[in-house]
Amino acid sequence: MNEILKYTLMIVIILFTLTTIAAWLIWLERRMLALWQDRYGPNRAGPFGLFIVVADTIKLFFKEDWIPPFAEKAVFVFAPAIVAAAVLLSFVVVPFAPDILVADLDIGLLFFLAMSSLGVYSIVLGGWASNNKYSLLGALRGASQMISYEVFMGLSLMGVVMLSGSFRLTDIVMAQKDLWFVVTQPVAFVLFLTAGIAETHRLPFDIPEAESELVAGFHSEYSGMKFGMFFIGEYLGIILISAMVVTIFFGGWLGPFLPPVVWFTLKTFVFIVFFILLRASLPRPRYDQLMEYGWKIILPIALLNLLVTGAFTLLKN
Amino acid sequence: MISLLRSIGLTFLHMFRKRETIQYPEEKIVLHPRWRGRIVLTRDPDGGERCVGCYLCAAACPVDCISLQATEDENGRRYPAFFRINFSRCIFCGYCEEACPTYAIQLTPDFEMGEYNRQNLVYEKEDLLIDSQGKYPGYNYYKVAGLAAGVKGKGEGENEEPPVDIRSLIP
Repeated sequence: MNEILKYTLMIVIILFTLTTIAAWLIWLERRMLALWQDRYGPNRAGPFGLFIVVADTIKLFFKEDWIPPFAEKAVFVFAPAIVAAAVLLSFVVVPFAPDILVADLDIGLLFFLAMSSLGVYSIVLGGWASNNKYSLLGALRGASQMISYEVFMGLSLMGVVMLSGSFRLTDIVMAQKDLWFVVTQPVAFVLFLTAGIAETHRLPFDIPEAESELVAGFHSEYSGMKFGMFFIGEYLGIILISAMVVTIFFGGWLGPFLPPVVWFTLKTFVFIVFFILLRASLPRPRYDQLMEYGWKIILPIALLNLLVTGAFTLLKN
Repeated sequence: MISLLRSIGLTFLHMFRKRETIQYPEEKIVLHPRWRGRIVLTRDPDGGERCVGCYLCAAACPVDCISLQATEDENGRRYPAFFRINFSRCIFCGYCEEACPTYAIQLTPDFEMGEYNRQNLVYEKEDLLIDSQGKYPGYNYYKVAGLAAGVKGKGEGENEEPPVDIRSLIP
């Protein structure tokens, strides 16, 4: 009984914190983008413009929630929920600290990979149900991008699994007690980060959205809170990928002096800011270029990395 | 790959640059004297209206936002009975100022004309007429015009000869 209460409380707290941070990221992103473009960004509503998030949320709630008459109604309504749900499910296995995590699954890494790739269903279904050619094109791009980048996302992590000998995320963190995996697996880190950006459909890999080519891509027809759900899903995705990068390559909660949660939050924050910096600085590659990089360059590198890591592990034993 | 890292680094360094933004209500931009803003009707040095109601500004206006009606006083001096500018239509192109033969209509460096009610953007003559000579101090149209309209007699203007008696044979 006590156990159940504890986990329920944990889930509620984590859920609440994550959604709050995801909403607050809208403000952070706008301020950081402005900072890198020699502007100030939203700084009027409340201290440092923080209340812009409240204003945005109220605005989204009061927008007309329109479903186009030509859309596939049930799927259209259902699609935005998938992305947020899938990302939130992945957070089940993220170890924020030794005692703050919902479930310490022994297949944690696989669970994360599975759940994060489920998110693409919302893009595909949303784009298809919109019954709009631009949405469908965006959905198509989303699907193909996911297929090609999911492959080496998993492959790049296998080196880490080899070194730590476990799929359990807490074991992976504890295996970095002496040396972070970013030192031993630098190639895997770069590959995973690249795949992670593609996974969250952030710039420069936002080709399913590509507002300069496809209106707004898969969510062209969405408005109001349904659009908001896509947005929340995107920001949750940023937090998730940053958290996973920290967990797998930067020693998770490990660090001196400060409490583990603070270390985890700090490291994750750095990567969230890096995500925003990427958006501020890099142009979007062409669709076919993206596919080419994925299959012809990054996949062979990932395989090679796996091979070398395997050989080293064998030699050490 | 190198160029990608370089552009990321350059963007990051922009963090320490000076901001381009002017925090408007607190901090104000320097408006130049030729800024084309709120339109005014100026007066001559003697305090009379410069506008002679020639309709050239209304004709030049590309959006037809100026309307006026000319009339005359007892001395034969023309002036507008009403002069109306609809600033919700005005595009501040300055053609009216260029067309004006008496320097009466002028554009000023002022843009803070926001209103909550659209009807309040229609300015009447008493809103437009200011107590100033604007950009051309000392200019009085009726002093250089040949016409006597209560400002000066015939031939008494600047650079003007007295009228010739056409019935006299004396040169």
